[in-house]
Amino acid sequence: MSDLLRDEPRVVSAGVDLFAAALAAQAVPVTTVDWRPPVAGTEDDLARVLADPRRPAANEQALAAMLAAGADLVDVRPAGEVLGLQPGQFLHAGPPITWERASGPLRGALIGAALFEGLAATPSAAEALLASGDGVEWAPCHDRGGVGPMAGVVSPSMWLFELVDDAGGRTAWCSLNEGLGTVLRYGAYGPPVIDRLRWMSSVLGPLLQAAVRRRGRVDVKGIVAQMVQMGDEGHNRNRAGTLMLLRDLLPSLVDSGAPSAQVAAVAEFVGGNDHFFLNLVMPAGKLQTAAAADLPGCSVVTTMARNGTDFGIQVSGTGRQWFTAPANTPAGLYLGAYGPDDANPDIGDSAITETMGLGGFAMAAAPAIVRFVGGSVPDALATSRLMYEITVGENPAYAIPILEFRGAPTGIDVTLVTRTGVLPQINTGIAGRIAGTGQVGAGLVQPPMECFTSALSALAATAPPPALE
Amino acid sequence: MIRHVEVRAGAYHDSVTLMQVSQAVQGEDGVEGALVAMATELNLDLLGGMGFEVPAASPNDLVIGVTADDDAALGRALARVETALAARPSDSGGGFGAAAAPRTVGSAARRDGGTVAFVSTPGRYAFADAMDALQHGLHVVVFSDNVPVEQEVRLKQEAGDRGLLVMGPDCGTAVVGGVGFGFANVVRPGPVGVVAASGTGAQQLLSLLDGAGVGISHCLGVGGRDLSAAVGGASTLAALDLLADDDATEVVVVVSKPPAPEVADAVRERAEKLGKPVVLALLGPGLPDLTDVAETVVTTAGAEWQPPRSWPSTAPATGRYPYIRGLYAGGTLCDEAMLLVSAAFGPVRSNIALEPAWALGPGLEAEGHTFIDFGDDTLTRGRPHPMIDNSLRIERLLAEARDPSCGVVLLDVVLGHGAHPDPAAELAPAIVRARNVAGARGRDLAVVVALVGTADDPQGLEDQARALRESGASVHLSDAAAARAAIALVDGGPE
Repeated sequence: MSDLLRDEPRVVSAGVDLFAAALAAQAVPVTTVDWRPPVAGTEDDLARVLADPRRPAANEQALAAMLAAGADLVDVRPAGEVLGLQPGQFLHAGPPITWERASGPLRGALIGAALFEGLAATPSAAEALLASGDGVEWAPCHDRGGVGPMAGVVSPSMWLFELVDDAGGRTAWCSLNEGLGTVLRYGAYGPPVIDRLRWMSSVLGPLLQAAVRRRGRVDVKGIVAQMVQMGDEGHNRNRAGTLMLLRDLLPSLVDSGAPSAQVAAVAEFVGGNDHFFLNLVMPAGKLQTAAAADLPGCSVVTTMARNGTDFGIQVSGTGRQWFTAPANTPAGLYLGAYGPDDANPDIGDSAITETMGLGGFAMAAAPAIVRFVGGSVPDALATSRLMYEITVGENPAYAIPILEFRGAPTGIDVTLVTRTGVLPQINTGIAGRIAGTGQVGAGLVQPPMECFTSALSALAATAPPPALE
Repeated sequence: MIRHVEVRAGAYHDSVTLMQVSQAVQGEDGVEGALVAMATELNLDLLGGMGFEVPAASPNDLVIGVTADDDAALGRALARVETALAARPSDSGGGFGAAAAPRTVGSAARRDGGTVAFVSTPGRYAFADAMDALQHGLHVVVFSDNVPVEQEVRLKQEAGDRGLLVMGPDCGTAVVGGVGFGFANVVRPGPVGVVAASGTGAQQLLSLLDGAGVGISHCLGVGGRDLSAAVGGASTLAALDLLADDDATEVVVVVSKPPAPEVADAVRERAEKLGKPVVLALLGPGLPDLTDVAETVVTTAGAEWQPPRSWPSTAPATGRYPYIRGLYAGGTLCDEAMLLVSAAFGPVRSNIALEPAWALGPGLEAEGHTFIDFGDDTLTRGRPHPMIDNSLRIERLLAEARDPSCGVVLLDVVLGHGAHPDPAAELAPAIVRARNVAGARGRDLAVVVALVGTADDPQGLEDQARALRESGASVHLSDAAAARAAIALVDGGPE
């Protein structure tokens, strides 16, 4: 803290430019804030939340816990075993949703999962079963401490990565990545999709389990730190991370005693899927943000997730409450003959990567990603730099080389989002809106502001009343 | 309908480029669909899904599929493929570049350090910016007015917990270590430390001290409500502690309206233990005016007092001057003048009336002696302060010129950093016009100006005084003297 009367003043000026100019004319160093009014109607809630005496320490604690959180891959097991999931029970991405309101890709993935689990013989029978709700139920992955990309549908027979954060004593999980194109998580459920899921459960999962158990835990956080320095932002680009994972697992995979044809198939599948490691970045993010959860007065966002209909966020100081609003549709590039009319609104738990400071937030680390919207390298730098305006700190573990190894912008603060009007930038895949289609493109998207304004209101309601004088 | 498929062996382009090329080709007239992609299994499946016959190709080959209405459209599509693939990435000067300006006070503080924040955002938002400053370890000057009092209390509580000072809200003036914040006059360094609950009151005092050759160590504004019961003098007491420890400060002045009784005791107690002479300059009926205070401070500092300069009007007083109309930019200056006028003539109507019964209606219609503080919160919402923007006061000046009951217009003109760069350039012609308008109606309109400023102010004190005098106004460096001159005109005596 400065000595007001003795130190040379260095001024931060917000508001009328004339006064900043008057200070500069006196040869005083002045940093002028590019100030704009907060999002309309938020000023009273902002005042209440910023007046909350618990907030500064709570946010500091949240940041420290996020930076301290580790992420080690410790096992690979079926969801039934990990979560006690029973036949007829499913998990999905984003906030809770009914069948009536579920989007095409989420319905498609649930249909595919029902077929995969043998709950129905045909897609139409599966659809009827799911619509009836008879003996079937679903809940958000996040509510069970895990995450799933795109539709994020998990059923008991699907295998999961299990990760541990020793610092916080927490665990998290994520499904295994199927690859790109017509895959379940994009809402496809045709025979090749189901066949691939069967192979993943019978070959891929057990071999990965054997390899991990044989090798011992894999330091996922360490790989994420390296991938960010190798051109990956951990959401739309996971190429370096995937190959580093393969490098780490391959010796024990080869040595596992499994038939060499299976080992080769697994190595080819993992190495040929540039997004395989996404499903490890995501649970690492879940561990990181869970470490910041449930701190009274804390205004840090712990979850951003979408179910294809709604975008939902969770904030530390309001616990597990979801703040939802209709999801936006990503802008980007489309595969083949697909176009914007084919796109489903934003879907998936993968925005956990942005919540942890990667993905769109680390765009500067992966300039190639910005071209999904016809942008440029300076755009990528500007996007990451802008994200520092809405985050409470930086994560030195995830250093961005081109920004002089500045740590990734970490800990989205709902008060900063509503004060600046700057929304988190998310990199994402685009699912076809019709169930069964699969991926139609990739691009960029932002959450609806309403999620943040309603979270702010709820946080304001938790703030203690002003102390009586 | 034509379906065209071709394979180009070994022509590699990255997938993003190819998605952009596909999109560009699809945008051509007469093109139904297009896929330009590396011939991976996935892309060949996509090609099949679009109804093309899937060619034999390897993942290192480029495959182009186009569905077009006719040969011409196909030709355009293929030409587009060529130009799009040939296009080099645009060179936009590399990946680096200056970062955009910070969007919050906290971000600016993290970026560039910072010891003091100056917040002049609209009052309903200012709390967030000021709290952000405090929570990043910065002292803060809150220039903004219209900040709710409970927010002021909370800010000052936070500052107290962190050992920081909040100057304001509604702090028009501060001088810290020679640096002027907000509306601040350029003063010589010296032994007097000022704690001011009033911005224009502080400016008058600083200007008079400077004019008397006495310098200033610091002037710490605390906001007009600081000594109210609700706020409890939090910033005043903190400012006194700072000045107590400041070697440059030998004499301390506290300028305020009379505090709430319980707050007055606390301030008095702290002042007695300060170890330095403290002049408590409380402004109100029957109490010394700012010019009297300046005299006390100058003599306490061991210097010799000279009355502030005045320049009489170049135009002789020829008429009757029924009522005074005060058109003020500074609230404390307005208050001071009203006290003097009220002592002479009784009721003075105002938007910041001395007595509730003397309050002006919402239309601010003049009635008898009438004073308007154009710097009051209610008149500055969404518009610049009258020290910056003279237009409202000029409009009113011309209206008064047409009002037969108006004899004298009393104006303050405040100089210094932040104020209008040349107020006389706008006010002097307006005074000439007003006097002409009144003259055409057979009246002499007297104009009396209280000119608050120092010799070193950027506007030039002498130049401003000259221009105002030449317009026919009398000019006084003391607001109290200006008010007395106006009273004398009404009384019919010589100015």
